[in-house]
Amino acid sequence: MPTDTKSVKVKKLSQWPIAGRFGPYGGRYAPEILMPALLALEAAYQAAQADEGFRAELRRYQEDYGGRPTPLYRAKRLSELVGGARIYLKREDLVHGGAHKFNNVMGQALLAQRMGKSRLIAETGAGQHGVATAMAGAVLGLKTEIYMGQVDIERQRANVYRMELLGAQVHPVHTGTATLKDAINEALRDWATSVQDSHYLIGSVVGPHPYPQIVRDFQRVIGDEIEGQMLRKEHRLPDLLVACVGGGSNAMGTFFPFVDHREVRFLGVEAGGRGPDADAASLQHGQIGVLHGAKMRLLQDEWGQVSATHSIAAGLDYPGVGPEHTLYQEIGRAEYVTVSDEQALSAFQTLSQTCGIIPALESAHAVYAGMERARAMGPGQLVVITLSGRGDKDLETVIAHLGRQRSAGGQEQ
Amino acid sequence: MSQIADCFERLAQRGEGALIPYLMAGDPDLERSYQYAQALIAGGADLIELGVPFSDPVADGPTIQAAGSRALGSGTHLDEVFRLVSRLRSQSDTPLILMSYYNPIFRLGQGLFLKRCLDEGVSGVIIPDLPIEEASDYLELARRYRVDTVFIATPETGDERLAQISAQTGGFLYLVSRYGTTGAQDRLDPRTEQLIAQVRSRLPAELPLGVGFGLSMPEQISAVIRAGAQGAIVGSALVQRVAQDRSPQELADFVQELKGGTRLLQQKVGGWQPEAETST
Repeated sequence: MPTDTKSVKVKKLSQWPIAGRFGPYGGRYAPEILMPALLALEAAYQAAQADEGFRAELRRYQEDYGGRPTPLYRAKRLSELVGGARIYLKREDLVHGGAHKFNNVMGQALLAQRMGKSRLIAETGAGQHGVATAMAGAVLGLKTEIYMGQVDIERQRANVYRMELLGAQVHPVHTGTATLKDAINEALRDWATSVQDSHYLIGSVVGPHPYPQIVRDFQRVIGDEIEGQMLRKEHRLPDLLVACVGGGSNAMGTFFPFVDHREVRFLGVEAGGRGPDADAASLQHGQIGVLHGAKMRLLQDEWGQVSATHSIAAGLDYPGVGPEHTLYQEIGRAEYVTVSDEQALSAFQTLSQTCGIIPALESAHAVYAGMERARAMGPGQLVVITLSGRGDKDLETVIAHLGRQRSAGGQEQ
Repeated sequence: MSQIADCFERLAQRGEGALIPYLMAGDPDLERSYQYAQALIAGGADLIELGVPFSDPVADGPTIQAAGSRALGSGTHLDEVFRLVSRLRSQSDTPLILMSYYNPIFRLGQGLFLKRCLDEGVSGVIIPDLPIEEASDYLELARRYRVDTVFIATPETGDERLAQISAQTGGFLYLVSRYGTTGAQDRLDPRTEQLIAQVRSRLPAELPLGVGFGLSMPEQISAVIRAGAQGAIVGSALVQRVAQDRSPQELADFVQELKGGTRLLQQKVGGWQPEAETST
């Protein structure tokens, strides 16, 4: 696609999407039954964004209910251990619900209410997006139904209880690989029969336009806060931003406000799983394809069937990746690397023991890659790692894995 | 004129609607689906819709999803679907329409896909996740290869959008809905009949309308034709029979029974008028 890439260079990156696309990626490859709802959502979103009242209400929920702004914490002992750049942690794990998911959910739920919808539908992988949606449904008085793969239900049981306690109905999904992508399939099927009264509250920068833009815009509060906090603390912008990428919403929220500042580099960290044949590294091992309404990099076979993925972190276990990340990779604006299950587990322990913060396994991927990079950078340089969520939900998984490592003789560090 | 349009015109001259049965290619395996497809032809199918299995069929209900899983489980991919088409077309003139999600087509390459359609004898393609907004490149190629692109309308489609879709669709317009039949009754939901009549009245006179509403009985099919449609698509009812391992003969008998529903009205149907002159 040389012409598309060329046209990218003449525009400011912050101007995408244009006509529903990020360069050649994104789009609206949706069943016809959803098209009127997607067009209506786009119009309603534009009107809401232009409405100071809507933005003020969202800000009030973010601050008084969600706990924003979140701290930008200088991780002194971690920086010393690594020996290199100064590492800061953006504490999205402290947002209400325990993850960055709240930022997007609250925005979309208010939008749904504004559109007169009485019901929220969402998919969830790790359960964090489902929990956040259940919270928003409860606080706004909207009926909430969550689709979750059976495999994820088993590995994130605590979040299932949380969703149910918050009044949401959780539907197990047994089709396909019974993980996040199949939960999205079911949520889309539900929406196809309920578009008139329901809003599909997608949890990442994926799906048909306008979702990748809406989710990015509601998540950009992460990067906007980093900018202000870093200028106050260090009187300059950071050198490197690091975030994990499943669909890529916390990463896009972190990166986007800096996208036109070319001196700020971006590192997205994908799930390397157990190795190249059992991972969820769409950007590194996928080809361009179309899934869930968007053209993006996608793990698939030679006939266009979507591959089963693996990551120890349920929230990264997705075969596609946001179209805007696909563009950033192609034009070299962001770099993407993989971190394996084992490496993420080691960073999970390191952060717990040097900072007193138990990160989500998803975020632990970013921590590992951030430490590696910081080690190779000079002491005056500034690295921000976004901690997208807290790790309470992962204790069972971690105990099971570390238990196995111990019985196999010693643990990796 | 396209093979699909030609087929609708011939039927209209006989005062019949089109019976369009659906099968998932490769369900439960390629050889059996070949036998089933032949049974549909023997039973009197006017056009056949062949599903291409896909790992993530977001626009399908549980019955078709399960059929897709069985087909993928038996190793079916696009290349084999084309071999199936080629075998069927070597023995019959019944037009075949492929129904495929966009990713398998995109992965093979749109041009290559359409060239294979032309070479093997596919008359039309339905792509449930390629709305008109995303279809311009594909449509340009499809027109060059003379393969019809059948677009879908739904109860959610407003008048303006319906006009845009009907301007792009080839062969016929496919009207789908989740509501329609009420259980195993022989009548349609009144909303469905109203919808068909409403959509029919908004379409160009020469464009046939095909509808798919979970139809399973000849009485429902004649109700659909009476309401103004030119064709009825039967999917789940057939796929269920395949899932139950019924014999090809049973499928042929069932199709023959359904086909009777399209003949109940031996007169010009709905507001539709076949084109007076044949165009090229």
